[in-house]
This record gives sequence, structure tokens and C-alpha cells, in this order.
Amino acid sequence: MDKKLERILPRVQKPARYVGGEYNAVMKDKARVDTRVAFCFPDTYEIGMSNLGMRILYGVMNNMDGVWCERCFHPWGDMEAELRGASMPLYALESGDPIGEFDIIAFSVGYEMAFPALLNMLDLAGVPLRAEDRPGLAPLVIAGGTAMYNCEPIADFIDLALLGEGEEQLPELIGLFRQARREGWDKHRFLVAACRIGGVYVPSLYDVTYHDDGTVRAITPRDGAPARVRKRVVTDMDKAYYPAKTIVPSTEIVQDRITLELFRGCIRGCRFCQAGYVYRPVRSRSRELCAQYARESVEDSGYQEMTLSSLSTSDYRPLVELCDELEPFCERKHLNLSLPSLRADNFSMALMERLQKGRKTGLTFAPEAGTQRLRDAINKNLTEEDLLESCRRAFAGGYSAVKLYFMLGLPTETDEDVAGIADVAAHVMHVWRESAANKNRGVRITVSTSWFVPKPHTAFQWEPQIPIEEYERRVALLRERINTKTVTYNWHPSPTSFMEAVLSRGDRRLCAVLETAWRKGARLDAWEDYFSLPRWLEAFEECGLDPHFYANRRRGHEELLPWSHIDVGVSDAFLMREHDRCYEGVTTPDCRTVCSGCGANSFLGRPCDG
Amino acid sequence: MAKLRLLFVKEAQASYISHLDLMRTFQRVFPRGGLELKHSQGFHPHPLISIVLPLPVGQSSECELLDFEVEQDIDGTGVAEMLNTGLPAGLHARECCRAVRPARELAFLRARVELDYDAGVPSGAAERLRELFSRGEVLVEKRTKHKELAEINIAPLLRSAEWTEAERLVAADVTVAAQNPGLNPALLANAAAAYLPELAPDFARVRRLELYDAEGNVFR
Ligand code: SF4
Repeated sequence: MDKKLERILPRVQKPARYVGGEYNAVMKDKARVDTRVAFCFPDTYEIGMSNLGMRILYGVMNNMDGVWCERCFHPWGDMEAELRGASMPLYALESGDPIGEFDIIAFSVGYEMAFPALLNMLDLAGVPLRAEDRPGLAPLVIAGGTAMYNCEPIADFIDLALLGEGEEQLPELIGLFRQARREGWDKHRFLVAACRIGGVYVPSLYDVTYHDDGTVRAITPRDGAPARVRKRVVTDMDKAYYPAKTIVPSTEIVQDRITLELFRGCIRGCRFCQAGYVYRPVRSRSRELCAQYARESVEDSGYQEMTLSSLSTSDYRPLVELCDELEPFCERKHLNLSLPSLRADNFSMALMERLQKGRKTGLTFAPEAGTQRLRDAINKNLTEEDLLESCRRAFAGGYSAVKLYFMLGLPTETDEDVAGIADVAAHVMHVWRESAANKNRGVRITVSTSWFVPKPHTAFQWEPQIPIEEYERRVALLRERINTKTVTYNWHPSPTSFMEAVLSRGDRRLCAVLETAWRKGARLDAWEDYFSLPRWLEAFEECGLDPHFYANRRRGHEELLPWSHIDVGVSDAFLMREHDRCYEGVTTPDCRTVCSGCGANSFLGRPCDG
Repeated sequence: MAKLRLLFVKEAQASYISHLDLMRTFQRVFPRGGLELKHSQGFHPHPLISIVLPLPVGQSSECELLDFEVEQDIDGTGVAEMLNTGLPAGLHARECCRAVRPARELAFLRARVELDYDAGVPSGAAERLRELFSRGEVLVEKRTKHKELAEINIAPLLRSAEWTEAERLVAADVTVAAQNPGLNPALLANAAAAYLPELAPDFARVRRLELYDAEGNVFR
């Protein structure tokens, strides 16, 4: 163990997250490796290790001969202070070597609030923040993940972004990198070649100009870069790599269990949901393969908990058959199966009753909006009857806690819709009175609201976020309406959602703001422990930009959006139509009922399997 | 069904795994090797597994004991080898046998304590430490379970200590009471700093070496 590290570790919280050595962490002989990749997650170990995408790509890269992919996470504040105090650069967990000396530094960025952490990790590694200040080929700084569908706010810092699923493009990119190094290419030549790999976006090959009002005037590619960069997807999930042999952390993480990925994409089409659009089209893994991976992962890891994961698990066609197949095995292995993101319907409830057995903890539903009118407007395909029927079943079966999630500030929301949230909770309460198996235990109904953040590549990408005063007014209104003690109302006074709304639809000019905010101390800003709104506002002020321009402005359909050159496979026309239909109060059927022609089936070259 | 006891090493990276995390880790290690841990009865069944003498985070040890019960009727043969294929770095199973002696018969603990002096060992350090720890009363401050500071006299808990000097460090081979109450050998460094401020070390390192019963026989 490194002597400096030995001195530091006893002084920090949860030191086990900084030492590596976990079961299945990949160790390689440096002498037999020619390309070293630092896979960086701009958040803590506990969050990063819970990310399935990272585990997949870690496996994919380490399966390449001559490539060693290691992990690196953002240290918590105490560890950061110790590292800086000891002048120790950020190191990779497997080898302990400083990541600044690696060939490729690859970030996985799932959400915009991690942008400052990305900058801080580069700085902790001793790597210049701005791509233009890194003239050499290595370290090449790349980034992927959902937040990269609009990576303009970090465009000046990364050399390139990978759009979509990385299983195929990462190996291609690494191959090109090796060729470039072998043949002595300079960085520019490499980037120009890289942008020809599908799904690779090189921000420095695009010039962005602005109108006087601050909106984008033109996004112009150079050096043969494509006018639009189209994301990459795996078309056949049965050929996609699944990390059945994966790292088992020696310290508790957020998702401390096996995550079995059933399918990608979602058939539902909720208009606010970025994942629902950017992960299209639906691609399922066969039941046989899911069952096989489940068994392999359990045998190898020794985990006793497994979650069947996807955006909407109830929509996996052979779900019942898969559970039938897994049940005896689970029983034998004392394995708990959990199904997150279940819909509130009879089918799902029956399945859950079967799987949960004795463990009747809380139930969670996300109606998102308080009235049928608004649920139709956002295309959230859930009726109050379904919700109440599910609750009735749950209460009769012995459950005594229900959590309900809603958003405030959805387009077209009125005070009536806000009040509707309280009504939903009251109706759930009423159902409990009628159906509870055991009333002595009482009931806990929790209503949580979040502040809606419009996201790029959704039907609401043109919408303003409601201002904070309006959000708080609606919170107060709802609080007034919820007047029984059995209903607890949670809401977040979270200014983070405001900054998230700014960054998620930001343009390149925000790079300066980001760097300024980072210099003022922004880092793990996804954590309320670190987030400071005044710091961000100061940064905007110093850069002469207005955050409300990004968060609270209504855009017209004709406006050139900063992410217009990024193609997730869903056509602009489709998004506009969905946006209009919200105002018309018209729903769009799910992809299994009928294809609405969003365009995403073009990845498959055949109709989606829904 | 069998009650077994595992002797294992915990060092390097693994010395930073906390007690709770170590229990969690072992719960997963056993099924990896095909061993089925016995679970407690009751509403929240939990695997029957316990660490005989939890090791403070950051210390290393070559003599940790883990008691566990498995559904299979085995005597422990081959268990250590089997576990070693699925352990994180820094954990190493040495041997496994039936748990015969009650854990309370564990009385003493031998450990190596190293005090680092980056600027070189102050002259006469070993001699002065020898003198300090041969006194009848050596008081150190210690946090109690309720997080309050209390003064305890560690002298009666320290059975023997042999001090030697090396380059930039002073080492001690100590034998201390293991439990009820036990002495954390790291407190020797605190005592040195309190009584002999110029001998306050830059860093203190502890490694457990062996466990003994009241008669001084190796405890397993
Ligand atoms: S192409 Fe049709 S079926 Fe496929 S995702 Fe788009 S709307 Fe759904």
C-alpha cells in the first residue's frame, strides 16, 4: 500500500471505497497492456458502482486484449482535502496509478449535476480542464452516458462524446486510438477520423454561432464532421454482453444487489421522460438468456438479492414465465427477487404478491400528476381506478405503507391539478379504510413532489420550467389541501432542480459558467451537502449570462436548439406532434398497441418488437 | 449442520473493510463456494456468522477468527482453500475447523505495534517507552460506547511489551488483554504521545499476530 495513502485513509470516512481489491476487480500485468483506460464516474463510489452501464463497459473493455480498464470515482470532501493536502493525484482503484498518466480518461455521465464533478476529477488528476490545453493524443478525455445527449455545457472540456450504448463504439474507438498512436497521428487527425465512427461526437469540429437574443443561429460542422450525429444502439440484446461475473464491492453501495437487465427502451412514451425517448427502440433479451445470466450472476457473486431491471419491468413480455423459471432457484438460494418500476395494475400486483412473500414493506407508485386530464396531457398511461385497485389489493394483502410520487410544474398544470394530488391521497386513504386487513397497524401514505425539469429530446424540450416562486406557491397550495395526519407530504426546496433545468438545456456558453462555478468550489453538486445556488448565480453574473434564459424560457418549434445536431433516432416532427397533443389533451398509445412512427425503428430496419 | 471456525488474514486493502462490511462480504463469500450458511429462526432470518474479536478499521491481522454455521455436515476440511478462490484482495483464509472452544476463553492477543518517526527515531526512544509501559499506571483517554471521553489505566491490560528500534521506526511486540475489557494496541501510541510528547509518532501501525487463552496456549 502506498505510504501516503496509508496515512490518509484512517482519517477519512468509509476508507474501503478508496482502496479497490474487490472480488472480481480486474488486475492485469502492466507490461502486457498497451492501452490503459481510466473509467471515471463523476460521483461517489457508492453511486458509481451501482451503475449497470459502467459494469457492462468495464467488462467489455477488459475483455479486449492489451486494454486495461480501471475505475475511478469522485472522492468525498474529506478525501479530496487529504489528497490535495498530500499532493496526491487522483488514482485508479485497480493499480493505484495516477489517472493523468493513462491513455484514455472515460467519464460516464448520467446527469447534468455531475458536470462540476467531472471538472474537479480532471483537476484532481492534474489534467488541464480544457481540451485545447491538452495538445497530445493522451490522455484522451471522452464521455458517455445519458447526459451526453446534450453535452454542450462541457463541450470545451471533453475531446469527444459517445452517444448511445457504448458496447460497440468503445472498442472501435479504442482500436482507432491504437492505430493513431502506432502511426503517430496528431490529436486533430485522430479526432477527424474518430468523428466518422457512428455515435462519436467531436464538439471541437462544430462552430456554433448565436443570434443577438442569445439563441443559436447555426451549428456548422468542419473537417467533414457529420451534420447530425446519430446515437448508436445494440440491435440484438441476445448478443449484447452482460456482466454475469462482476465486481462485488466490499463496502455497501446504493444498489447492493444483482441487476438483471431484461430489456432496453420503453414502450410507454411519457412525454416528460427523457429515458423513454432516448433509449428507444425497445429491445428485449430472451427469457432463456435472462434466466441463464440470473443463475450465473448469483452463483458467481454470492448475492442474495436480485432486481429485474428496465424502465418499465411489467412490460417485459415473458415476465411471468421468467419468474416461474427463477422461483425454485431463488428459493433454494435464499434469493430475493425485486421488481422495481412496476405499473399499478392487476397483473403487476399479482406478480409482486407472489415474489415478495413475507416481506411487506412499502409500495411505491408514480402517478406523476393529480388529475386524469393532466395525466393524459403528459401521456402517463395510468388511471386512478388502476391505482386505487392496486392499493386495495395491497392493503388487503397486509401492506400498510404507500408512497406516491408526483411532479409539480408539468406543462398545462392548473391549481385544480395540484389539488388533485391531495384528492388522490385522500382516495387511497379511503381505500385503506375499506380494505385494510389489519387496521390496528395504521397506514402511512407519503406524497412526494418534485419540481419538473424539462429535458432535451423530449416532447417538453421547448417548455419553460416554472419559476421557483410559482413552484413554492403550488407546494403551499398542496400542503394546505393535505390535511389528514396519515398523509405525509414531502417536497424538496431543491434549487438543484433549477440548476438542472439550466444545465440540461444549456449551450456551449455555459462552459465558462461551469468552469467559474468550479473555481468557486462547485464539485459534487448532485449532493445537497455541496450544492450552493448563490455560487452558481455568481458564476452566471460573472460570465454575463442569465440562467433564466435557459430554465424558464419558452422556445418556439422553429428555434434551433443547442442539441439539434444530435440525433437520438426520434424525429423532431414526432416530438413536435407529441408536444402539440399535450395541449390538445390527446394521448398517444403505447408502442405495443400501435406504432406511432417516431422513427426509432430505423435502428432495427424492421418494426419494433414493442 | 456444523459449527465451524475460520482463521483468516485481514491486511492491505482489506484492513479498511469495516466490521459490518466484513460480515456482509463473508455472507456472499460462502455461497460462492457452495456452502450454505445456516440462518436464524424468526421474522428476520439472518445468517449465523460472527467475528470473534472485531479488528479496528485500518489495522491488519494474521489471526482473525470467524464463527459460522452451515447446513452441511462437514468438519471444515477444504473450506479455507475453497473460500480463497472468492475473497477480495487482502483477505486470506488460513484454516477452518470445528468451533469447539467458547469464544470467551480467548484471553490475550499478541500484536506488533510500529511507531513511525519520519525525521528519524528520537534518541533513547525504545528505552523510554520501555520505562513508560512498565509503570503501574498509564492513563489514556478513550471514547466510551456513549462517545464520551473517559480515562482508563491501560497498564493492567498490557501483559508484556518488547521494544526495538529500526530505521525511522520503533516497534513493539506486545501482548494485551483481548476482551472484557480488552486493550486496543493502538492506544500505546496515544499513551506515548501523552506522556512523552517528543515521542509522539508520525503514524502508528498495528498488526495482530496471535491469539491465546488464559494459560498462554494458542486459541483456536
Ligand atoms: S418506431 Fe414506433 S414502435 Fe418503435 S419506438 Fe417509435 S413509436 Fe414506438
